[in-house]
Amino acid sequence: MVDESTRKTLSSIPLLQTKAGPRDKELWLNRLKEEYQALIKYVQNNKEADNDWFRLESDKTGTYWFGKCWYVHNLLKYEFDLEFDIPVTYPTTAPELALPGLDGKTAKMYRGGKICLTDHFKPLWARNVPRFGIAHAMALGLGPWLAVEIPDLIEKGVITYQEKSEEADK
Amino acid sequence: MTTVEELKKKVQELKAKLALTQGNTGPVRQKIDVMSSEVVDSNPYSRLMALKRMGIVDNYEKIRELSVAVVGVGGVGSVTAEMLTRCGIGKLILFDYDKVELANMNRLFFQPHQAGLSKVDAAAATLQNINPDVTIDAYNYNITTVENFQKFCDTIKTGSLTGGPVDVVLSCVDNFEARMAINTACNELDQKWFESGVSENAVSGHIQFIIPGETACFACAPPLVVASKIDEKTLKREGVCAASLPTTMGIVAGFLVQNTLKYLLGFGTVTHYLGYSALTDFFPTMSLKPNPQCDDSFCRARQTEFQARPQPVEVATEVTEDLAPVHADNEWGICLVDENVPEEEDSTNLKLTEGVQLAYTVPVDNSTPESSTGGAVAASELSLEELMQHLPDWKLPPLI
Ligand SMILES: [Zn+2]
Repeated sequence: MVDESTRKTLSSIPLLQTKAGPRDKELWLNRLKEEYQALIKYVQNNKEADNDWFRLESDKTGTYWFGKCWYVHNLLKYEFDLEFDIPVTYPTTAPELALPGLDGKTAKMYRGGKICLTDHFKPLWARNVPRFGIAHAMALGLGPWLAVEIPDLIEKGVITYQEKSEEADK
Repeated sequence: MTTVEELKKKVQELKAKLALTQGNTGPVRQKIDVMSSEVVDSNPYSRLMALKRMGIVDNYEKIRELSVAVVGVGGVGSVTAEMLTRCGIGKLILFDYDKVELANMNRLFFQPHQAGLSKVDAAAATLQNINPDVTIDAYNYNITTVENFQKFCDTIKTGSLTGGPVDVVLSCVDNFEARMAINTACNELDQKWFESGVSENAVSGHIQFIIPGETACFACAPPLVVASKIDEKTLKREGVCAASLPTTMGIVAGFLVQNTLKYLLGFGTVTHYLGYSALTDFFPTMSLKPNPQCDDSFCRARQTEFQARPQPVEVATEVTEDLAPVHADNEWGICLVDENVPEEEDSTNLKLTEGVQLAYTVPVDNSTPESSTGGAVAASELSLEELMQHLPDWKLPPLI
């Protein structure tokens, strides 16, 4: 079962209504609008709860999303590039969120830095098609992933703090 | 100054060196025009053609006219492609977007010197060397993105040796998204395909034959899982995404190609669903009827078409269990049911064979949300463009 705080976060994100994927032309634009509305509300909720932790934007078609997410550990802010495509089968299947900068640094990832989701994610997503959108995927997938993995990676010395938020040369 | 002759010589030298590093130094198998059943040590097809003499297969050489698409060239797909190559399949079309890594070496087929190459190119080179009679096309892209999906559909539709649809698509991918993409494509194209999979704990697997409209498609029900007899609560997933064993993958590839051959060459019975539990050596089989309320509109359209066709006389088979549609439970809004507890009313309506269960259940009518404090998104006065501009901003607009 997902923990209480995730459940609370999830239920405060507006639900989406349009069941449409990127191949659905006009309907997809409606869906995209709902995605943006839900994301804007979610970011706003986060700010109000003093837990602002990501920014996202998409290309014109709304099929490629990119941005940054960050995690604060021992008062230091660790920032990561975030990207994903919207699959043709969206919203039946969730987007595969990826942190390409961490690719190969943890076993809790698939190729290309796609994060490994918990057993809770897929059943929950499936039960909430088409109401869950990108904001829900962030709250249910990436949020908990960062909370578990980042402290671990910092402790192991796999990631180190950078003064500026600029990309470290790897 | 280097002359053309000198450069040509240099190219030859480098080619020889390359061949040496790739281990292609021995005799090269030449192309063979017609499959012969002559039993001589130089005939790679003699033991296959013997299937004809023994009365197992009527017309083995037909395999050379047939085309198979293999989607995903990992632990299952690479072995699948090798088996088909050795069987003398006419054409293989490979799809994958991954690279060979040393972390793949616990599986069959790929070798350490191929690390860094794209899986499709590395596989195509090896397979072509094993059997130059096979036409091999390799596509290095992710089929789930909008643009690539269209290319994928077009290739399936026109990829056969005669420019028509391929004879069968084999799904050897390792994720739900790609399976659903293949399902979508095959329902739209009315393309028969096999789904295959190995569980993330490496100790169970399955194959499923999907005939659009006639057998259950991949979207007709939540994914099926073979009971592994492991208490899920004791299953440790800390620190890793997935485990894999060459044994389980090889077994599943074997099941997959065996049923592909039976389908393509018309011998034996093609199993609609075959599961494998490694811990107990348990192999459940069943037949799965499509769900009339399937989420995929093309699946429903294919079902209508299938029902309109005159039905062939039922061939009696041992297993006739059907997958009934999943019936509604009374959950509305965000469903936060503990996914490890199967809901009673659902499981009683399912006629899955023993040892196979749904990975999770989904209420049929989940269209009216009620229990979210966030409510539904309201109609926005802002246009999509305006909304798009807001999001990257560090400052956010007031609540709409
Ligand atoms: Zn279906």
